[in-house]
Parts: sequence; structure tokens; C-alpha cells
Amino acid sequence: MPKLIDLRDQTCIVGIGETAYTRGTPKSALELALEASMDAIEDAGIKPESIDAVILPNGAGSGGTAGDFCANLGLQDLHYTTSLQEMGGAMCVSAVESAAVALASGIATYALIPLCSRFYSGRKARQVTSDPGTGLQAAETIRDYYAPFGVAAPPQHYAWMAQRHMQLYGTTHEQLGAVAVAMRKHAHLHPNALMKRAPMTLEDYLSSRWVSYPYRLLDCCLETDGAAALLMTTAERAKDLRKPPVYVMGVTSGHPFPPHDIPNRPDILKIGLDFCAPRAYEMAGVTPGDIDFAEVYDCFTGQAILQIEAAGFCKKGEGGPFVENGRIELGGALPVNTHGGLLSQAHNTGMNHLVEAVVQLRHEADARQVKDAELGVVTGWGGHGHGSIAILRR
Amino acid sequence: MSTESKTQTVRVPILHGYTKEFYEWCHKQELRFQRCQQCGTWRHPPRPMCTSCHSLQWEWAPTKGKGKVYCWTTVHQALDPAFAEAVPYAAVVVELDEGPRLTTWVTGISPDDLRIGMPVELWFDKVTDEVTLPKFRPQGVL
Repeated sequence: MPKLIDLRDQTCIVGIGETAYTRGTPKSALELALEASMDAIEDAGIKPESIDAVILPNGAGSGGTAGDFCANLGLQDLHYTTSLQEMGGAMCVSAVESAAVALASGIATYALIPLCSRFYSGRKARQVTSDPGTGLQAAETIRDYYAPFGVAAPPQHYAWMAQRHMQLYGTTHEQLGAVAVAMRKHAHLHPNALMKRAPMTLEDYLSSRWVSYPYRLLDCCLETDGAAALLMTTAERAKDLRKPPVYVMGVTSGHPFPPHDIPNRPDILKIGLDFCAPRAYEMAGVTPGDIDFAEVYDCFTGQAILQIEAAGFCKKGEGGPFVENGRIELGGALPVNTHGGLLSQAHNTGMNHLVEAVVQLRHEADARQVKDAELGVVTGWGGHGHGSIAILRR
Repeated sequence: MSTESKTQTVRVPILHGYTKEFYEWCHKQELRFQRCQQCGTWRHPPRPMCTSCHSLQWEWAPTKGKGKVYCWTTVHQALDPAFAEAVPYAAVVVELDEGPRLTTWVTGISPDDLRIGMPVELWFDKVTDEVTLPKFRPQGVL
């Protein structure tokens, strides 16, 4: 019988690509996704036609269909394709899981994971609920049971969780602000961060306007355009490629229950990552204390705190004090979102988190390099709290 | 705050399937949720099968309309233009005494005075000719 740990270290991320992140772009989603894909292919040093799996985190919304990528990249013999659309923002890390399974089983040999997000030029996340045509139950729940009461977008229904966390555990506005400020400091060190030159102090944070209490403007992620791509293969093939491989030690996905409605979960603070993180550490054979840095899906500051807890870096309810005093900043005990995250680098649905983790583990992060980084965690969050986690090593 | 006047701009559900039935009961001034006819477990939002016993037999069972505040957010920026005139408003999750939780408004109280566990009671807000929304107010306050 196969065991969870059988997947440990069997596959690697061997190529990364990323376009510039912008507000506004003349390029189509497919052009951007292809640009990032070619960067990743070049980075790995393989020929495009070697790719026989295309994992689409967001289905055709990833930039194109599998057919589009085949036609443009010249993939003559695609073995495997799948989509993780229902995972929402957890889709990219879950795509790594799907790729790992396809590669380790021998179904495919080289997997491309492309994703373009056009949250500035395209439809904004805040508009998702006015569209009845998504077909996703979670979207219909918002449309029919939240939106009539003015809950139409993530900063509103995710604020429920942050508010309850504050009420139950005493989490403070200053602690939410510590997340925002840390992300901004890190963005200042990244040449491809939207907020690389925009300062933010805790006072700036505390004086920013309310969006949906307890979330202020500076608790909310950016809306940007841009694409990124990963190339993955088996550990054996990875040894011969251009860049040192980054090993997938553990990767899992998890779902809150029930998945499609937040209020009727027995505990709305129990998220998908609570279910899948223990399995990922078991697969990887490491503990949270071994991890050198974490790239956490920071759609909002409170969601970052929930995931820091669920990923095992502190106990449930202790995420507020954990993020204070520079602990999650570079030089701190657990640097979080060394690229600036969704809050201050760009919102590419967490694909930028995976890219940054690879850059860190290659020791190519220049001024923002986590010293001697050996082990990194990447988390995903989306669609009402689905979760995913990858534990990566150099 | 003047709550009733704040319902002039509305965003209504799409009345289809179980959702149509749920809101038809509201329109008749009854808050009902699905309850399993085999094991009695309540559920919301509506779906075909009981999570606990997997029975497909269920009924729209009435509630007494009493519950407690579970959590909330106070919306200051109306991301949905339909609520531009309503801000600031609290979008509250209320837990009915029978068990199901509902996204709703608690009116007749400042959002700043909401507390987890605060007892609330139901009232019905007829927002269009077809749609009536279940809302709440603090218990004992008319």
C-alpha cells in the first residue's frame, strides 16, 4: 500500500518564471502566461516540447486552456491536465500537489503550472458575487445568502473570522498592522514589488480608512496584473537540469467543513489548512520548528495570522502576539512573505509565493535572502477557506 | 440608526431551487430551515442530503426566531453599489436556538454595541414584492 511519505522528495520545482507585476497591462492573460511559462522553461533548461503535463490552477482562467498552452508551446503529446479552480487562492499550492502526483506516478515527466492573474485589468475579486454564472456553490451561497445583507466580497466575509479571532483571543489592530508593515518592509527589497517604494508605518496602517471592520484598506491585498509559472519534474530528472532543484518534501490540500458556507461551520476559525498541515509535515518528516521561512497566503492580514497558527508555527489564538516585535520580518525567528506577499508585492493568487520560496531556497534572493535557508513553507488559502501547504527544501 | 430606511437599496437572491423555497417561507413571515426527517439534524444553506445520516428525506421546519450573535463585520466601504447609502452597517452571523446560523442584519443597535452571544430576535423586512429578508434585533427591544 502506498503511504503518504512515499511522495516525499520524489519531485522538484526546477524552473520558475514571472512577468513584471503591474496595475494595468496591454497584454492578454494568455500572452502573460506564455511569457512566464517560457521564462520557467528557459530557467530549467529544457525544451518546451518535453512538457507532457499542464496543471491549470484556475482552469481556463489561468491564462488559457490546456489546448492553448499545447498550441502555443508546441506540446505534441500532452499526457495529463487538471484544474484546481474550486480551491480559490489555495489553487497554486494544490497544483503543485497535482503535479507531484502525476510526476511521481509516472503519468507525466515534465509538468508546467502557469497562472496569470488580472485582478486590476480583469474582473476584480470584489465583483465575483454579482456574477451568477460561476457554477461554484460557494459563489451561489454568497449571491443568495450573503449578498442580500451586503456581504459581497472577501474583505467582508473574511472579516467575520478576524473579528471573531479578536473577540475570542484578544488579537489587536496593532497585531494585524504588524503583518501589513512586515510585508511592506519586505516589498521594499524586491525589484518586482508594486509597493517597493511606498513606505508604511504602523501609524500609517492605523490611520488608513475602514473597509470592513476589523479590516482597513491596508489589511487588504493588492489588485494587480501579471503571471508566473513553475516547471516541475521528478527528482531523478531534476539532477541534470540548469538550476539546483527545489524538492517537494510535503504537499497537501484541505477543506473546511462545510466548504461552501462560512457561518455554518462548527468553528469558523477551523480552516482547510488545519486539516492538511499535519499531513504535510508527516509527509515531509519535519516539524514547524525546522522551517526557516514561510510564504503565507496573505489575502488579508487576519487570514495570514490564521494560517500562521494552522501551519503550526504557534498555537491557535496565539497568532496575534506571534507576529509582533519583528518576529515575521527578515532577521526575525520566522520571516514571512519575504517578497512582500499579496499585500505589498502583487496578487498573483499565491503563485508569487511559490516563486519566492524557490528563489529563497536557491539562495538567489539578494537583499531579502533568508540566511542559510534550507526549508521553506508555502501556504494557500481561498474559496471560503480551502487550504494547501507545500514544504520545500533545497 | 434608522434601519428600515436603509433597506431601500437592495440586492436580492436569485430565486431558484431550494433557495426559492427558503425565501418563499420568509415572504410568508416564517423562518424555516431544512431539517432531516430521519435524524432531526438541521442544515443551512440548503442541500439535498443530511450530513449526519445521509437521508434524502427532509422538511422545511419552523424556528422560533430567537438566537444569538455569533460574529459580525461592520462594512464601511460598500463594495456592492447597492449598499452605498447603507454604510456603515453590520453584517452579522446569528446562530438560531435551533442550531443553524444565518447571515443577516441586527438592527436597532449600533454596530459598536454588538457582542458575541447577544440574544436577538427575528423580524421580517419585505424589500421587494417578491423578496422578504429575515433580520434580527436585540431581544426585548421593539
